[in-house]
Amino acid sequence: MGIDTTVIWAVIIFFAVFMYVLLDGFDLGIGMLFPFTPKKRDRDTMMNTVAPVWDGNETWLVLGGEGLLAAFPVAYAIILSGLYLPLIFMLIGLVFRGVAFEFRFKAKEHERHWWDKAFIGGSVVASFFQGVSLGAFLDGIAVSGRSYAGGPLDWIAPFPLLAGVGVMIAYTLLGATWLVMKTEGELHARMVQVARPFALMLLAAIVIVSIWTPLRDPAVADRWFTFPNIVFLAPVPVLVLVFMTLLLRSLGRKDREPHRLPFVAALALIFLGYSGMAISIWPHIVPPAITIWEAASPPASQGFALVGTLFILPIILMYTAWSYWVFRGKVKADAGYH
Amino acid sequence: MFGLSALDLARIQFAFTISFHIIFPAITIGMASYLAVLELCWLRTKRQVYVDLYHFWLKIFAVTFGMGVVSGIVMAYQIGTNWSYLSEFAGSILGPILSYEVLTAFFLEAGFLGVMLFGWNRVGPALHFAATCAVAIGTLISSTWILAANSWMQTPQGYAIEGGRMVPADWLAIVFNPSFPYRLLHMVIAAYLCTALIVAAGAAWQLLKRRDNPAVRKMLSMALWMILIVAPIQAVVGDFHGLNTLKHQPVKLAAMEGHWENEPGKAVPLLLFGIPDMEEERTKYAVGIPHLGSLILTHTWDGHIPAMKDFPREDRPNSLIVFWSFRLMVGLGLLMIALGVWSLWLRRGGRIFGQRLFLRFVLLMGPAGLVAILAGWTTTEVGRQPWVVYGVLRTADAVSPHGAGTLALSLALFVVAYMFVFGAGTAYVLRLIRKGPQHFEVHKAPEGGPGEGRTPMRPLSAADVQDDDEAGAVPDQLDRHPDMRRGDPGSAHPDDNKPER
Ligand code: HDD
Ligand code: HEM
Ligand code: HEM
Repeated sequence: MGIDTTVIWAVIIFFAVFMYVLLDGFDLGIGMLFPFTPKKRDRDTMMNTVAPVWDGNETWLVLGGEGLLAAFPVAYAIILSGLYLPLIFMLIGLVFRGVAFEFRFKAKEHERHWWDKAFIGGSVVASFFQGVSLGAFLDGIAVSGRSYAGGPLDWIAPFPLLAGVGVMIAYTLLGATWLVMKTEGELHARMVQVARPFALMLLAAIVIVSIWTPLRDPAVADRWFTFPNIVFLAPVPVLVLVFMTLLLRSLGRKDREPHRLPFVAALALIFLGYSGMAISIWPHIVPPAITIWEAASPPASQGFALVGTLFILPIILMYTAWSYWVFRGKVKADAGYH
Repeated sequence: MFGLSALDLARIQFAFTISFHIIFPAITIGMASYLAVLELCWLRTKRQVYVDLYHFWLKIFAVTFGMGVVSGIVMAYQIGTNWSYLSEFAGSILGPILSYEVLTAFFLEAGFLGVMLFGWNRVGPALHFAATCAVAIGTLISSTWILAANSWMQTPQGYAIEGGRMVPADWLAIVFNPSFPYRLLHMVIAAYLCTALIVAAGAAWQLLKRRDNPAVRKMLSMALWMILIVAPIQAVVGDFHGLNTLKHQPVKLAAMEGHWENEPGKAVPLLLFGIPDMEEERTKYAVGIPHLGSLILTHTWDGHIPAMKDFPREDRPNSLIVFWSFRLMVGLGLLMIALGVWSLWLRRGGRIFGQRLFLRFVLLMGPAGLVAILAGWTTTEVGRQPWVVYGVLRTADAVSPHGAGTLALSLALFVVAYMFVFGAGTAYVLRLIRKGPQHFEVHKAPEGGPGEGRTPMRPLSAADVQDDDEAGAVPDQLDRHPDMRRGDPGSAHPDDNKPER
């Protein structure tokens, strides 16, 4: 047997969701940072750093969803109906935050505060419920046969709620470090200040989840702490510490202004956390019951979609990178960007 | 909840969210192509009107596109949240089609949108034009895939049923299913018509307010040519579409015509009015033109088409709804044709710019394209009931296992959120249209700052909507006011540094 398209699809969806978390993560983070920057001009600059790219960032979420439908229809059906309310809340949050990009600059002076609030509220709600959905998903989804068998409020439990807060922290950190990279002057200094406590909170969240997960689920404990896995996994916490140190040190340096490094370190941290979760549930796509092979669509579907995906994805990455490059550099407060 | 079952609520929610969604694509599909044409004209002729119009409509495009994206993301998830059994049963076929839509269309649109909106000074003119084209082509590719998916659900083929779910057997047959070409053509033309009507109405409004300038005239003229040529084509395509429906979904057609039974020797009339009654199985108060139904649908003097009573009760769609939604669409289509013909008549002597009665009619027809699109979709989708995948999966079997309370909560949230958000969006779009095209300084476009202050090339902020009622009222004065041209006094707002409320 040659290549297993089911595994390739699992990797593609892992990748799409990861891209989403990274890219839309800093967009959403900017929304949550608005309360820290009450000045209109700062808020304008912050918006302008993402205005040309936010739509593309969100498209990764759509790819994650439709890819799941194509390759794992059973998982799509169970996860989306099982996490119904948190997902609906997330979508409505995304609606408010998405239109704020456009409306904020269209509104009359006395209306603008509405869209600032919509931007903040939408970002908070979307981030929190993304985290809740993730937590509820990792917590396990009740399944009977091929359908969701739990209740509508199963996600109201400690772990999903904690995950909601964790994702908010992670996105805020991403947003702050993104702005450290993309802005200068006063706003830049403010973001350096804000990033530090959020980095520490993220560290705390990672520690809590790392302790809680194996305690909650013996299967995960088994996977993490038995030989030979432990040898491969041991570098993960070490790397987390390395990147966290890098992040905090570059934010704290007095001699040189931090620029790209905090953002890169934050990305690395989130990548590590995210892969840690994927390793814990592998090879399930609806934990704890359904594996990727049980949820897979027939080879005729996976194969058809895979040909295009493998061919088109690199092209997408190329022009996405080009578009970021067109809008490269610091966004100045006064003279500028667009 | 008001006696509505979970199924009813899921259907209402889906109908509500998709009906809102389609309004925005209908505008962006047409508008993106219009912008590409304007930019091309600008590049070739370097005439100022084209670049003024480009930047004017670009702002409106940006707002509409934003609303299209956010309402679309909701749709991508609604299929799984509301129709989980459909996803599971038909996902192996719908999923790959929708994935291709994301890969070939959504990323293309999103990737080049930033450059199109904000890149005027960052890339060369050719590259900017390429970005506009990429977005326009993206919208068309998107329509192609999504309509392939919808048409397949209307007229499914190329599948097998294995292990209790549909699996693809022949992808070409799936994508090029029998109703796909008609639906694609009909929908894309509908989007073009819809945009042309909006553009024309925007121009008519300016002219009625006596704000006459070359840009306004240009957009009115372009839009009216478009309507004149395309509206009749739409009627012909619609006719073929109907014949295709007669062949593949005869009961839908019977419902559209309120046609309950065939009487031997009696031709099918074309009903102009009537109240189809599902209980009594007849169309009350019917007023029709004898023989015309037979003539249009069978191309014979007294040919018969299948009638509602030929089908079991539980397989019949609601005739009352589709009878009227269909007539609304066709009626508006005929009005569009009339509008085109009238404009042709008035062109001699340039009276299209001056005849107020005509301009009022153009203004009134502004939303007609959107209404016709919603009416058309209602005909198509209600007429397909009680099936989701026609003849294979019933809507009642496709729904997710949610309680009515959960669905009522989410429906209420959607209604409130959409009314607020898209209500405000519509107000902003209307405000922008009211303002009218402004002079755009091509070479001196300043490097602006953030926000609506000094960033004229930033379309979202280019329009200073603050005092739109005065601005534009006196166009020649605008030209003398170098700062007003950019739509902003140019200086920093006094409260730039004031904390937000
Ligand atoms: C005939 C055209 C058409 C139809 C019938 C639909 N759409 Fe749509 N959709 C578009 C044409 C379009 C578009 C022109 O491509 C949009 C509109 C504005 C935009 O940003 O792209 C779009 C946006 C859009 C987006 C956001 C894309 C992005 O992130 O850029 C999603 C996820 C969907 N749609 C999904 C759907 C689903 C699931 C539909 C049906 C159930 C649907 N659309 C019907
Ligand atoms: C964009 C234009 C569209 C509009 C305005 C539209 C409108 C509607 C309406 C009004 C209904 C409710 C009918 C009823 O319940 O009696 C419906 C149902 C449905 N449509 Fe569409 N539709 C559109 C496109 C699509 C597309 C592209 C798809 C799928 C790819 C789709 C899939 C469905 C499904 C699954 C239902 C559920 C059945 C139901 O609610 O009864 N629709 N649509
Ligand atoms: C003037 C004569 C017209 C005729 C004879 C006509 C015919 C039809 C028919 C028969 C259908 C139903 C297809 C089905 O069975 O599912 C349909 C659907 C539709 N119509 Fe029309 N139509 C006309 C004008 C228009 C106009 C002016 C618009 C919009 C500007 C429009 C927009 C639509 C849309 C969006 C649909 C649903 C999508 C589809 O199934 O194609 N139509 N039309």
